Amino acid sequence: MTHALKIEGLTKTYDSGFEALKGIDLQVAQGDFFALLGPNGAGKSTTLGIVCSLVTKSAGKVSVFGYDIDTHLSDAKLHLGVVPQEFNFNQFEKVFDIVTIQAGYYGIPLKKAAVSAEKYLKKLGLWDKRNTPARMLSGGMKRRLMIARALVHEPKLLILDEPTAGVDIELRRSMWSFLEEMNRQGTTIILTTHYLEEAEALCRNIAIIDHGRIVRNTSKRELLQQLSLETFLLDTRVALEEAPELEGFTCRLDDENVLEVDVHKGQALNDVFMQLEQQNIQVVSMRTKANRLEELFIRMVEQNAPSRAEKTEGRA
Amino acid sequence: MNAQALFTAYSTIVLREIRRFTRIWPQTLLPPAVTMTLYFIIFGNLIGSRIGEMGGFDYMSFIVPGLIMMAVITNSYANVVSSFFSMKFQRSVEELLVSPVPNWVILAGYVTGGMARGLGIGVIVTLLSLAFTQLKIHNLPMVVVTVILTSALFAVGGFINALLATKFDDVSIVPTFVLTPLTYLGGVFYSIDMLPDFWQGVSMANPILYMVNGFRFGILGVSDVNPFVSLGMILAFIVVLSFIALKLLARGKGIRH
Repeated sequence: MTHALKIEGLTKTYDSGFEALKGIDLQVAQGDFFALLGPNGAGKSTTLGIVCSLVTKSAGKVSVFGYDIDTHLSDAKLHLGVVPQEFNFNQFEKVFDIVTIQAGYYGIPLKKAAVSAEKYLKKLGLWDKRNTPARMLSGGMKRRLMIARALVHEPKLLILDEPTAGVDIELRRSMWSFLEEMNRQGTTIILTTHYLEEAEALCRNIAIIDHGRIVRNTSKRELLQQLSLETFLLDTRVALEEAPELEGFTCRLDDENVLEVDVHKGQALNDVFMQLEQQNIQVVSMRTKANRLEELFIRMVEQNAPSRAEKTEGRA
Repeated sequence: MNAQALFTAYSTIVLREIRRFTRIWPQTLLPPAVTMTLYFIIFGNLIGSRIGEMGGFDYMSFIVPGLIMMAVITNSYANVVSSFFSMKFQRSVEELLVSPVPNWVILAGYVTGGMARGLGIGVIVTLLSLAFTQLKIHNLPMVVVTVILTSALFAVGGFINALLATKFDDVSIVPTFVLTPLTYLGGVFYSIDMLPDFWQGVSMANPILYMVNGFRFGILGVSDVNPFVSLGMILAFIVVLSFIALKLLARGKGIRH
């Protein structure tokens, strides 16, 4: 089956001499919900920028649904919808005009564009604001406007660069639901995000990019299985003066009512509860200390830390 | 994209441009009307009445074609350079870059938008001039072809300026230091017959001289240069500048990293 996105040996060196991408290979299957993660400056936006024709590649091949961007750029673009990281619409234009004009660029006549615009503006809760100039919208509304604009030509591949940056939790959850629905309906989605909770909640496959190289490209399930240690926070019914001794586990007192317990891969949580019960400590609730994917991500990026330091030194 | 889709994309750009400059009409349509009315009153009526005839016509009649052309040139140029540079500045140009619109359609759309404003202003200034003098058209096809081609030429010029500009200062440098002097020295207010031989020769290197005189020939039937040479010059400039604009677009100059 043709990949929604296929990248081979992609490199990018900017005019300043900065090597942003050092030969990236990436494949995203049709229908996938894919996350491209990495620290700031790792090469995420450059990669997506090349796919969307906003950045010129130095070398390598990129194809969208089998259409090579070097030879069939127009066909590749027809399949692509893009939601950039920063607001990039004319702030003085009205919401409805922004969406229908974008459809016009794809050759969609105004009548048909108006129907599609209405559909997505309604789905994203912006229909009431259709005659409002974009500059009058809140940050969250502006983000949703960019999603509506990216979808107006019904692309098969939707690329979102930090789609929920700066939006409140409630709105973020509703955007997640919307994106999940789009994905269920067959749209392949690629997103970059700094909220690893977002990637863990939405995505099936994940690639981690650092220093212009893909350091990991696997399924979320496989990635999470590599997690060798998880830290749990246990809320106790009674305040404790000191952390109890738990055989085989490291245990700290986070607060007089909160115990912090490290559980290694292969260890059973039941053992923790049994030992606590033997010591007459009752647990009323439990949660993980940090997002699991976040821990993995930090660990992987930290593994590259020496080279990061060398690079910074080199630049200075 | 098929022909119909290309036309839809083209008309989308054109309509967006027309909507833009009509929405901000106090900045785009009103100022040239006021400025040209002042030219008509001061140079045409007050000073012109003491100058007497030029090229066989009273001074007001002589300068009207040049002033119309000056308005068309500056507004065709200004529309494209300010609109496209604003899109670059706001990054809304990315809306176009991610879409499948070919570069030549982008150029054609912006040039047509610039022409719509330039020619629209040309009509406004012509109507205003009727309050000061009578216009008798000597050769209508010559008038129409010259003004349309000139407008297209300067719209392409504005597009190149917008691509190369990296800051707002760069947008005003060419109109202020190149276009305005060339227009004023391009025979808008005088016939180059009045100049010494040396400066007549220098004036012949000014492309705007050919446009003003081609247009003046169409209206008054008098010209300092052969009007068909004027048309040839304008066409040649359009071809060369369009080629440069398309090359810059293909390289992503100023719009892609």
